[in-house]
Amino acid sequence: MNFTETDKKIIRALQSDFPICSEPYKVIAEDIGISQEELLQRLEDMKKEGILRKMGAVLRHVEVGFKANALVVWVVPPEKMDEVAAKMCAHSEVTHCYDRNTAPDWPYNFYTMIHMDSKESCIEFARELSKETGIDQYELQFTEREWKKTSMQYFME
Amino acid sequence: MELTAFDKQLLNILQGGVQFVPKPYEAMARQLGVSEDRVISRLQELKKDGFIRKVGAFFNSDKLGYSGTLVAAKIEPDYVEDVATKINEYPEITHNYQRSCGYVLWFTAITNNDERRNQILSEIRALPGVISLLDLYSQKKYKINVQFKLK
Repeated sequence: MNFTETDKKIIRALQSDFPICSEPYKVIAEDIGISQEELLQRLEDMKKEGILRKMGAVLRHVEVGFKANALVVWVVPPEKMDEVAAKMCAHSEVTHCYDRNTAPDWPYNFYTMIHMDSKESCIEFARELSKETGIDQYELQFTEREWKKTSMQYFME
Repeated sequence: MELTAFDKQLLNILQGGVQFVPKPYEAMARQLGVSEDRVISRLQELKKDGFIRKVGAFFNSDKLGYSGTLVAAKIEPDYVEDVATKINEYPEITHNYQRSCGYVLWFTAITNNDERRNQILSEIRALPGVISLLDLYSQKKYKINVQFKLK
């Protein structure tokens, strides 16, 4: 993957806080030393190429009312995985959905992160997902403590 | 502070994405039928009051030449805090959670070469109190969309 120095400057500038002011892109473009037009065009391109997933906000979920979240780990037969994933991903409560490798004492190969207003509703929602997909071997893991949650800083070396 | 109906609409739009136009907050204001000033001042307050974790760009690490993994760690109960503190020191480790199962710490590591990733994992494996690590890499990322519909 080859990124120009300008690309790297754009990525470095945008991974920290985006200004909340009338012309935020102008502020960033001036910092980097390019024109606002060039910055906006490059961002459009990065979005199209899938390099930029989203330009927007992530909320603090507890503060906005999603007080409980759980990692639900599932055992899904590999041949059913795409179909199960499609069903689970259709729910907005499911924010992350990945396959993962297993280990001798860890049979779970499919992971979903769910966000709800309470532990009880997490349990109930996982039960519904299980019913909908026919996958009945699963476990909920609640977050007991958040030790760290940051955004990755790319191209800092 | 309680979120008003206006706040929720505003946050729903902000989570969906900031447009690539010279005045993105004015574009949001038009959608909501309010002034740009109202949008900007309210967002600044919501940010200050801790409802917004981050406004900014979220990149696809794979496309930037980085790769991430999830690691689950089994740790002696008395050592969890020490190990968690050590783990937090790595800038490549962006998330670290304590969970309610046999593997008590779950963290993500994002690196742009395997050597560095192996180095981090072997350093953590060698910490006092660490019993074992599971390196749970992913081949298929079906969904990453942290968006909360506020009603």
